[in-house]
Amino acid sequence: MSSLLLHPGLLLIFGGLVIGVLRGHGRSMAILLLPIAALWLIWAAPDPSAGPVLQFLDYSLRPLAPDNLSRLFATIFAVMAFGGGLFALNQASRLEMPAAFVYAGSAIGVAMAGDLVTVFVFWELMAIGSTLVLWSGGAYRASFRYLMVHLFGGVLLMAGIAGHVATTGSVEFVRMGLDTPWHWLMLAGFLINAGAPPLSAWLPDAYPEASWSGTVFLSAFTTKTAVYVLLRGFPGNEILIYIGVFMIFYGIIYALLENDMRRILAYSIVNQVGFMVTGAGIGTEMAINGAAAHAFTHIIYKALLLMSAGSVLFMTGKRKCTDLGGLFQSMPITCICGIIGALAISSFPFTSGFVSKSMISQAAADQHLLWIWLALAAASAGVFLHAGIKFPWFVFFQKDSGLRPPDPPANMRMAMILFSFLCIAIGIWPEPLYGLLPYATDYVPYTASHVVTQLQLLLFSGLAFFVMLEYLKRTLTISLDVDWTYRVLAPAVWRGLEHGYLSMMRVISEATARWLNGTTGFVKRHHGPEGLLARNWTTGGTALWMMILLLVYLLAHLV
Amino acid sequence: MGHWLTRESTIRQLWRWSLACLALLVVIGGFIEPHPHFGIDAIFAFPAWYGFLACIALIVIAKAIGLFIKRPDTYYPAEQERDRE
Repeated sequence: MSSLLLHPGLLLIFGGLVIGVLRGHGRSMAILLLPIAALWLIWAAPDPSAGPVLQFLDYSLRPLAPDNLSRLFATIFAVMAFGGGLFALNQASRLEMPAAFVYAGSAIGVAMAGDLVTVFVFWELMAIGSTLVLWSGGAYRASFRYLMVHLFGGVLLMAGIAGHVATTGSVEFVRMGLDTPWHWLMLAGFLINAGAPPLSAWLPDAYPEASWSGTVFLSAFTTKTAVYVLLRGFPGNEILIYIGVFMIFYGIIYALLENDMRRILAYSIVNQVGFMVTGAGIGTEMAINGAAAHAFTHIIYKALLLMSAGSVLFMTGKRKCTDLGGLFQSMPITCICGIIGALAISSFPFTSGFVSKSMISQAAADQHLLWIWLALAAASAGVFLHAGIKFPWFVFFQKDSGLRPPDPPANMRMAMILFSFLCIAIGIWPEPLYGLLPYATDYVPYTASHVVTQLQLLLFSGLAFFVMLEYLKRTLTISLDVDWTYRVLAPAVWRGLEHGYLSMMRVISEATARWLNGTTGFVKRHHGPEGLLARNWTTGGTALWMMILLLVYLLAHLV
Repeated sequence: MGHWLTRESTIRQLWRWSLACLALLVVIGGFIEPHPHFGIDAIFAFPAWYGFLACIALIVIAKAIGLFIKRPDTYYPAEQERDRE
């Protein structure tokens, strides 16, 4: 029980709450030291069988039962909390950092959990932490939409877990097949957080609306914990391959059409997570290693790209490519770090993306999945196109926007330089990362053939970018996505129904009134003071009618 | 005069050297022992032309889809003011 006090996730969560009340140097120290302490606890945590056991109802919960995959993800989450914390030290919002630490701690909590109940609890905490990060940036409506989608995902997950526990009697988080409706529900809950269709739009809708530092935190945890639970719970389910490939191309197409620099990067998160989901779907040891390694490197270079974009936003207050350009002249460090991140996301040789993404392609080739392999190769070219060149080109080069902001403050520069260093260090020296992977691997990324192949693919994609530059010109547009259905269509349908209901009620009440008028008129006409049946009759008239009646009676009698 | 990277002559030089690098890369690719997994990737300079054509295709497809889904960026009411100012 006491060993629960040494839970790295709880350390960050409660540490985050303490950060909320600290000020000055104490606050900065806590922000930088807590993730390091968490990192230490992750590696000091006991083996899965030796962890603490909590009794909840009739079930034994294992909140601290990390295997290799858990440690890999928890490690990168702690590294991210450190880098993001360093970058956001000068963030004026007092809510964002505590929320980000609760968010990061919950993500670590999901990764370290050995049972589904603990996963669910931290899963929901993550939704709250991330919503507060968004909220603290002032994006109230976007954070509300974000929360709705994630609470919906949480309900699906909860239902799935409840059904799974009821049918199997076990809360242990093990590998599952898609054999029961409960497992489908859990998969759906996981996939919503991964940014998979049909609800993928929550990600580009919400993340770019956070503050300049908030997006850096947001990019790391939600989608990658989803990748983690897919790798642990549902590896080798073929449907994930197709979902992943869809996400890859969806991300590229939308990013190509986008004008907002952080929305470009948000779509490219979906694209990159698509590679990992594809890896989870292939499900071989090589594929799972590749997806896990790619999640690790992705968190670093995506955070780096968003730090670079965040620095531009922080210094210029502008976020549209049409307003930016030429910033390389006055922001050299931001520009160079952004380019390093862009090269890493494109899997350029000697960057971290090269040593991780290629394992997923290799897994597809090993399984002789020709079409998947071709799709991944085309997508790799597309990544260079939409993120690798497009982001640095339109932000830092392109035209001269006339903006001459200097590089951002020292802590932001240091965070970018640290993550740039990691991108290159992992690219040149991948063995330590390979040593952390869930399965032993003898994969060798650096063969002459692989390097030249990858360089040809990327550099000719670069040629395509500049050849087609005229068609890539940024316009003041956005592209409609699935969020249109709940931002425009559903309200319109609701208003339509409301209008229809009101008109129907009006028609009914008018008809009723008409009918009532008609009925009362009829009654009045016949029974009113002047009515045929109620007015006074003359004596002669009455005698005539009496005679007619008697005649009719006589005739009837005779017949 | 502007920054040296923005000069016409520099940009011309960059194009020249970049195209030379691309050509060199294809030549080098011809000398390296390939490790094809399928039939198609054994074709000469497969990654070069495949990457190039894939990108052209992606741009064309994106433009085509964009015809239907693009809207002015004022389509949704502004979400927040703090960051945009």
